[in-house]
Amino acid sequence: MTSSESAKTRPTRSIRLPFEVQIEPRLNVPRWLSPLVSVIAIVLALLLGALVLKLVGGDPVRAYVHIAGAAFGSLGVFSDTLVKATPLIMTGLACSIAFQMKLWNIGAEGQFYMGALGASIVILAGVVKEDTPRAITIAVMLVAGIVFGAAWGLVPGWLKARLRVNEIITTLMLNYIAIALVNYFIFGVWSEGGFQMTRTFQLAAWLPRLSDLAEQSPIFRGLTTHFGLVFAVVAAIIVWYILYRSLWGYEIRLIGDNPRAAEYAGINITRNMVLVMMLSGGIAGLGGMSEIAGVVHRLQASISPGYGFTGIIIAWLAKLNPLVVIPVSVLFGGLILAGREIQPAGVPRLIQGIILFMLIASEVFLRYRVRLVRRP
Amino acid sequence: MAEASNLVEMRGIVKRFPGVLANENVDFDLRSGEIHGLLGENGAGKSTLMSVLAGLYKPEAGTILVRGVPVSFNSPRDAIALGLGMIHQHFTLIDSHTVTENILLGLDDPPFLMRLSHYDERMAVTGKRFGLHVSPTAKIWQLSVGEQQRVEILKMLYRGVEVLIMDEPTSVLAPQEIEELFKTLRSMVEQGKSIVFISHKLHEVMSIADRISVLRQGRVTAAGIKPAGTSKAELANLMVGRKVLFEIEKKPKEPGEVVLELRGVSAENDKGLPALHKVGLKVRSGEILGLAGVAGNGQTELGEVITGLRRCTGGSILVNGKEVANRPARVPIEFGVAHIPEDRTHVGTAPNLSITENVIMKSYRHPPLARGRSLNRHVARERAEQLKQEYTILAPSVETPVRLLSGGNLQRVILARELSERPSLLIAMQPTRGLDVGAIEGVQRLLLEQRDSGAAILLVSEELEEIFTLSDRIAVIYEGEIVGDGVEAEAETVGLLMTGGARLPKSEATA
Repeated sequence: MTSSESAKTRPTRSIRLPFEVQIEPRLNVPRWLSPLVSVIAIVLALLLGALVLKLVGGDPVRAYVHIAGAAFGSLGVFSDTLVKATPLIMTGLACSIAFQMKLWNIGAEGQFYMGALGASIVILAGVVKEDTPRAITIAVMLVAGIVFGAAWGLVPGWLKARLRVNEIITTLMLNYIAIALVNYFIFGVWSEGGFQMTRTFQLAAWLPRLSDLAEQSPIFRGLTTHFGLVFAVVAAIIVWYILYRSLWGYEIRLIGDNPRAAEYAGINITRNMVLVMMLSGGIAGLGGMSEIAGVVHRLQASISPGYGFTGIIIAWLAKLNPLVVIPVSVLFGGLILAGREIQPAGVPRLIQGIILFMLIASEVFLRYRVRLVRRP
Repeated sequence: MAEASNLVEMRGIVKRFPGVLANENVDFDLRSGEIHGLLGENGAGKSTLMSVLAGLYKPEAGTILVRGVPVSFNSPRDAIALGLGMIHQHFTLIDSHTVTENILLGLDDPPFLMRLSHYDERMAVTGKRFGLHVSPTAKIWQLSVGEQQRVEILKMLYRGVEVLIMDEPTSVLAPQEIEELFKTLRSMVEQGKSIVFISHKLHEVMSIADRISVLRQGRVTAAGIKPAGTSKAELANLMVGRKVLFEIEKKPKEPGEVVLELRGVSAENDKGLPALHKVGLKVRSGEILGLAGVAGNGQTELGEVITGLRRCTGGSILVNGKEVANRPARVPIEFGVAHIPEDRTHVGTAPNLSITENVIMKSYRHPPLARGRSLNRHVARERAEQLKQEYTILAPSVETPVRLLSGGNLQRVILARELSERPSLLIAMQPTRGLDVGAIEGVQRLLLEQRDSGAAILLVSEELEEIFTLSDRIAVIYEGEIVGDGVEAEAETVGLLMTGGARLPKSEATA
């Protein structure tokens, strides 16, 4: 309005606000900013979730208290939360390491099933005898789980490296093949009296639980947390060490950030692609092994309610950092558990979704500085 | 008189990009029914000027007159409406669509239903009229580069364009396709169209253009001269300019053993076209061999075959007598070959990794950086700190991701990495491109230091001044061949060789 001249030369198309939003790239990201932005995002997500609950006529405070109670309220439920978190840590790790190299492995689900199948074969095909000591039985199952999962990662890794086949498609499709393969065994070969499950494994194939210690110390009574959690945490530490402390991890991160620079530095990308996919598949396979040896003690249908896919989300929320995968998985484990307690069960899932959206959207504030500037 | 017949006039065009003055008060005019050759080195501002005319850029100052009427464009659509269309070096076609679909894209007719067969016919008719042979029903991916270019031309003609601006149209074409293109251009002119032909190849412009304008560093050095009234030598001079060759202090040459030897090396570019043809070169220790040439004549590919990033289709490459051709990129690195790549951001560095992680890219495999299979982060950090000091890399810390560094600092990171290992051979690709004066001098000083300490250096540059200042010997590359080796430091001779001027007899023989 003030200068008619500029209005003539530049036709104004939008309404003029007294402020202008300026977005400029951040040159320096302080260390404290990333956790702060994440916390704010989660708080906003919870507020938004509360608003939705209020709109549908619920009591948000009570709902949140209930969810917190159902997931973390007592030693017993927290132990159950950890049981849920265990496979999530491993699928989250599997995705993190592959994503670090920009290999979009969305086949952790299938690799998880294959790991479970591998561990079952050891028991049901009599690779280890029933009277083999527990430590040896479990060690053999562990190796079999990792090998089967790794094989399921090797196939798409090799296809991608040699023939440039899109790994998103192959890993996704291999999920269905793995599930169908497991079904073949539980419906047919190892079906227990017509049920879609195998016989229960011998006790030597069960991972130790906290409740096993109840005789020495009664507080452990009824706690279902099993030794798989130790596998998961150790795996997280190993993956973290590989990624951030080893020469191989340096290569993986270099390839992930700029494959052409990696090639220029003389790094064999093809070989690393195959190896990383195998490692990724192996960790997911370990998850499958730990789930059947620690929780269900047999091979059966639907051993995973989508752990492999949740792993993708966990990997992103953890910003692909293997150590952050652990707390994120515990949070998700809690939300899954609360989903059983709460009616309608969709509420924790809704909150999960909102948190995810908020965290992803908050990335913008890490990369850019957003400022309101008064218009002249 | 002449003014009246001008179809397009550009007066006093000024166009700035951050840090660069691309066009400085440029005048340009195009007459109806002519082919106007626009010559200039890379970065002289040819494409920028024509992008202004095509409505892609808005100039900071200056006026454009079309048929005597001042115009201003907000988008290429406005320019096309007035009959001005530009064909870019990189085609804007959709691979999985047919020729007709590509041409119709963005038009209001057909309104909703695509009666494709009807339009196919119209395309065929338009194509025939101008001698543009391409099947309207073919999918783009099925076509050769030359045919794709015809589709681009057809696209413009179908939109009723009167002035066709072609940005380096021959750079992607094989020789026989170039001949075909020239025929088409001539037939278009006969039917009343006008053409701006942008190129840096002298012989092409001389053979096709009715008039020639030359740009150098954003200014006009020749406007609308007739090919008959000039010579290749004069044009080369106008393009390259008589540059003042200032002397950097350079110790006398003490060449030693042959470090790099290329024998009959051939290679293809990314499109599978021949890029290098039987290249032979020798570089001795303690000498800088300057390789002059206009970009895109095989320099990139040459650098890549020596460093193991590209396969050779023939010949052999010896580094200190050991074969490196077609061996993994790691082999030349282990043999002490350092490489300053042309593309600092896409090849030379990993943007999101820190300065530390970028400077250890070539040496992390060996102790003390490697400790078994682990990385000794303490040593890495110390080395980075030391290099940051030594090469004056300006950054808050060695943990800063390199994407936040300026071009000059990024180049210092690369130099620090490549030179600190005391290489026996250094392949320096355009080492000072895009840097400011101070940074350029610093880089040049570092290169001379390497030479004096006994490294063999292959310096590839488009800057003749740099080649003359630094080199002990000069070779010239043109269309993948070494056209002059060990030539005397004569700016005019080199300029002529670079632009293919000295190869006229041969290209006539093949035509």
